Amino acid sequence: MTSWTDRLFAAIWRGLILFAALGVLAPFLLYATGAMDAMRLGFYIQQLVSGAAIGCVYAMVALGIVLIYKATETINFAQGDLLMVGAFLSFTTIGIFGLPYALGALLAVAAAFLFGILCERAVIRPLVGEPAFSIVMVTIGLGFFLRALVGLTPGWGTDTFTIPTPFTDHTVQLGPAIISQNHAAIILLTMALCGALYLFFAKTKIGVAMQAVSENQLAAHYMGIPVKNLFTLIWGLSAAVAGVAGLLLAPIAFVHSQMGFIVFKALPAAVLGGFASLPGAIVGGLIVGIAEALAGFYLPQGFKDVAAYALLLIVLIVKPEGIFGESGMKKV
Amino acid sequence: MSAKKSAQKESLLALANVESFYGPIMAIRGVSLSVPPHGMTAVLGANGAGKTTILKTISGIMEPAKGQILFQGEAIGGADPSFVARQGIAHVPEGREVFPFLSVRDNLRMGAYIRRDKEAIGGDLERVHAYFPILKRRADQPAGHLSGGEQQMLAIARGLMARPKLLLLDEPSLGLSPLLMKEIFDIIRRVNGEEGVAILLVEQNAPMALRTARYGYVLENGRIVLDDSCERLSRHADIRDFYLGGGEVGERGERRWKRRKSWG
Ligand SMILES: Nc1ncnc2c1ncn2[C@@H]1O[C@H](COP(=O)(O)OP(=O)(O)OP(=O)(O)O)[C@@H](O)[C@H]1O
Ligand SMILES: [Mg+2]
Repeated sequence: MTSWTDRLFAAIWRGLILFAALGVLAPFLLYATGAMDAMRLGFYIQQLVSGAAIGCVYAMVALGIVLIYKATETINFAQGDLLMVGAFLSFTTIGIFGLPYALGALLAVAAAFLFGILCERAVIRPLVGEPAFSIVMVTIGLGFFLRALVGLTPGWGTDTFTIPTPFTDHTVQLGPAIISQNHAAIILLTMALCGALYLFFAKTKIGVAMQAVSENQLAAHYMGIPVKNLFTLIWGLSAAVAGVAGLLLAPIAFVHSQMGFIVFKALPAAVLGGFASLPGAIVGGLIVGIAEALAGFYLPQGFKDVAAYALLLIVLIVKPEGIFGESGMKKV
Repeated sequence: MSAKKSAQKESLLALANVESFYGPIMAIRGVSLSVPPHGMTAVLGANGAGKTTILKTISGIMEPAKGQILFQGEAIGGADPSFVARQGIAHVPEGREVFPFLSVRDNLRMGAYIRRDKEAIGGDLERVHAYFPILKRRADQPAGHLSGGEQQMLAIARGLMARPKLLLLDEPSLGLSPLLMKEIFDIIRRVNGEEGVAILLVEQNAPMALRTARYGYVLENGRIVLDDSCERLSRHADIRDFYLGGGEVGERGERRWKRRKSWG
């Protein structure tokens, strides 16, 4: 038996989804009926694609947060600052050392991976067994520290930088819209990264072991899985994903020591996705990015910045477990 | 004393005066017991007697405050669980503790986490599928979708996938129907008899444990109060009275040690 409030919320939820779908599709319908001209539609599609692209970046940061949360039940508020460090690493290999883009990107992501491992070993590992709240506070401190560290590093500092990429200043025609290759590259590379992560978690022994640790830490110990070392690796993986995000964000948002505040867009994305689901984090990020684009298109200036939290508020009221949160199945 | 010492030397696993705490609470006190190579030893005791604590202390989840744990002559007390597992001890925990969202196949794969010999792992997968055909049929389902009895089979199979020298079994009969319980104990006997895997079996179901194991220890309030061959234990007057009351063998679950008594 479901109560009438449950049924009411379910109905409101369906209504909201319909409303959102209409919001996304309306310009296409208007164009088809002749009420909107091709230029305006092209502009809309550009907004949509750039929203999806920035959504991909939110998604990757959210993914890192959820990865760490699932394994260690800690919320890493420094995840955005890991993105920032990753962006500076890319800036170093590509912008300062002048390496070819692909090679520089690879090196930077590898360095971000090692940096994540270093952070876990130095800051988080000594706190194992402390209350989760203390560890969360420490991650906030880690964020401050990283911003200061980058600000003090010669060659990095508090200025803004750009990274030259093979995509910058190139466009592709998509119907009536002109899409920046930067945006297209972000979307395609995020898709590739998601595919790679899926294969890693589903097919490799270490990936399955990471899931096992997240699901039942005690049983993982019984299997002889080195749980603590896997935590370290998970931090490394999260930092590497954040590194990719930083690399991809750099050409559209500049590299600077405060860019980590993007975490305040990634957190609502993670919550929207249910906070404990990797696919949820991805879709949550995309939804936040696209919602911002829609807000930018339909609403007056300023609404774009609060779109993520307005959306979060609505979803939490109507569907508190998140868009993908499963309320049925619990851990045994 | 010297006879006991040499018995310790020959045994696969030997605990000597082991004590473990939960915070300030002492859960087991001065526990000494041994498991011979290829043998099967049972630990019997009521709820809260400390049976699970003994197994957790052996597998490195808990650190003994006192005493010594020798496995193949090597001290493993207080070692890391992953080290203990790699020495050849597999722990099938109380309450199954499967990985609920992983497939049955991946659960079994995690059982073999410490191993590198890929081909032999494939052979062992077939071996546990032969013991528990249901696990083969359900290979792609998440373990959380199995019934309780099927999860118990999975937990045992997952333990076997480590190809252990010693298997620690914590109440494998818990919550099983009489029929399934008999099936599982038959398999436990085969694992021990045909493959020579030594077993330390923790049970509340004394009749089943005494019929299956060779040597038994009776635990009360964290202390071992009695130990003897299972044959003699099952003739022991107190055991007969309190653990083997006639006719109630099947309905465990409700009948978990209703009556309590001290052996002195
Ligand atoms: N996590 C814990 N924290 C504090 N005390 C505990 C904890 N786990 C067990 N104990 C206590 O330690 C004692 C032994 O517990 P243990 O789990 O070893 O008993 P058991 O013999 O396995 O019982 P059962 O048959 O019910 O599984 C009990 O008194 C119990 O209350
Ligand atoms: Mg127990």
